[in-house]
Amino acid sequence: MTAPDQLYQEIILDHYKHPHGRGLREPYQAEAHHVNPTCGDEVTLRVRMHDGVVEDVSYDGMGCSISQAAASVLYELVHGRPLDDAMARHEAFVTLMSERGQAEPDEELLEDAIAFAGVAKYPARVKCALLPWMAFKDAAARAAASGADEGGAVVKRPDFDGTTAATVRGEG
Amino acid sequence: MGFDIEKIRKDFPILGREVNGYPVAYLDSANTSQKPRQVLEALEEHYTWHNANVARSVHTLGTESTTAYEGARAKLATFIGATSPDEIVFTKNSTEAINLVAHSYGARLRPGDEIVISEMEHHSNIVPWQLLCERTGATLRWFGVTDEGRLDLSTLDDLVNERTKLVSVVHMSNTLGTINPTEDIVRRAREVGALVMLDCSQSVPHLPVDVAALGVDFIAFTGHKMLGPTGIGVLWGRGEILADMPPFLGGGSMIETVTMEKTTYMAPPARFEAGTPPIAEAVGLGAAVDYLTAIGMPAIAEHEREITGYALDALSTVDGLRIFGPTVPVGRGGTISFDLAGVHPHDVGQVLDSLGVEVRVGHHCARPTCVRFGVPAMTRASFYLYTTRQEIDALVQGLNQVRKVFA
Repeated sequence: MTAPDQLYQEIILDHYKHPHGRGLREPYQAEAHHVNPTCGDEVTLRVRMHDGVVEDVSYDGMGCSISQAAASVLYELVHGRPLDDAMARHEAFVTLMSERGQAEPDEELLEDAIAFAGVAKYPARVKCALLPWMAFKDAAARAAASGADEGGAVVKRPDFDGTTAATVRGEG
Repeated sequence: MGFDIEKIRKDFPILGREVNGYPVAYLDSANTSQKPRQVLEALEEHYTWHNANVARSVHTLGTESTTAYEGARAKLATFIGATSPDEIVFTKNSTEAINLVAHSYGARLRPGDEIVISEMEHHSNIVPWQLLCERTGATLRWFGVTDEGRLDLSTLDDLVNERTKLVSVVHMSNTLGTINPTEDIVRRAREVGALVMLDCSQSVPHLPVDVAALGVDFIAFTGHKMLGPTGIGVLWGRGEILADMPPFLGGGSMIETVTMEKTTYMAPPARFEAGTPPIAEAVGLGAAVDYLTAIGMPAIAEHEREITGYALDALSTVDGLRIFGPTVPVGRGGTISFDLAGVHPHDVGQVLDSLGVEVRVGHHCARPTCVRFGVPAMTRASFYLYTTRQEIDALVQGLNQVRKVFA
């Protein structure tokens, strides 16, 4: 396999061209907006929790195929899952990205996300793949802390408390 | 001697290497240029045989080192048409040169004063002025950019007025490739008593630049984009203006007398070169200037004009490609930024790299320019004296490959 094929697996290109779960939906408890100042990639991601389950992850953003496909795969992996389960997948994905492509991915846990093992070989692109996952971790933590996931009324909180912005270091 | 590109390329060993199994096509010289072996040898020669600190040693090595360092200053002065080597201040890069002016000249600004920049600046010619305005209460204003990627000078007489203290604009855009005409800006600035600074980071490496002919007050440029080492840049300033400016950084080498209460300062350029300067880097930059001068800046500019015309024609054959900036090789240099059918520049750059074609992707430290053209990022190919038509062909083939992958 030549270098770009390793990076641009068919699964990744499919998710990029036909993203799953894309679009911002309501209601939600927390929203995170993360940007990568190196390339201008952005993702806005919302999390809706109910009874300890990640009921929905909705997102919008602009960026390269890797960051956009990562958001689509993330949606497939975590929506409808208990938070613990979703966070375990988050951790597995971060580990996969930090092993410079040396890790043996857990296919059962990561499903389509194993296609990103090739991305880990390209240090400059790892942050693209991690962008939506970091936004998810951020929003999920605050959604869980909001207390609205304990069977109470789900409220929309598009206020300052419900949104954080974060950036990663880059050239510029 | 004609312009012999094959001979020139032999001086750059890196151009003979492969990337991902393909001959490298280095199309990122606006980011940093490659270095000829003459520059690498000058660095090695300096460290191997002449190394010592400058301007403070009585011994032989110190004298040789000082002579080499000051010799480089004189070469730079001649290269840009400065009236004296004392008008050449060595900095670590263009960014520091601009910050030096913002701090030292800018210290006199007051609320109500205005600084004028443009929408096509590199962040290094935006942020120092924003910071200066925060410190002093001065106001920042800017020229817009036309759809063709030219500076919009229709607002010149309004923007540059009696309140304007300094106009600082880019000579050649690092994204659009536009070479900005400066005569009208200089004329208007003179009418209202404002100074003019040019960010020449992209022009001095590629065009004959003569500060006397430009009639400006400051220019900034950097060594690593003109075949020299990283870690050295230049601020040129008109002698009488530099002489009237307070120090930037304080420390060794910039003082006359220090008591525990008070210090008096050296005349420029020493006043602005606190601490041990980038000595070997200056020597290396001097060798780069020798190299460029031997080939001739007019010949280099002519080669780049020819290769840019070829590239503009070749890129126009790629479906879905949109060029940002001038699409004719007039009033522009060899830096071409573009969008390819909405494929994200990261993806464009990655596929090109897999074919050995090295381009820059992202916002190029000029985010307002990207915003002006409605995109978060651009792909940029940039050329130099060693760029060949074959490399442009490799770029075009690579772009067609990108379209296949993301069709």
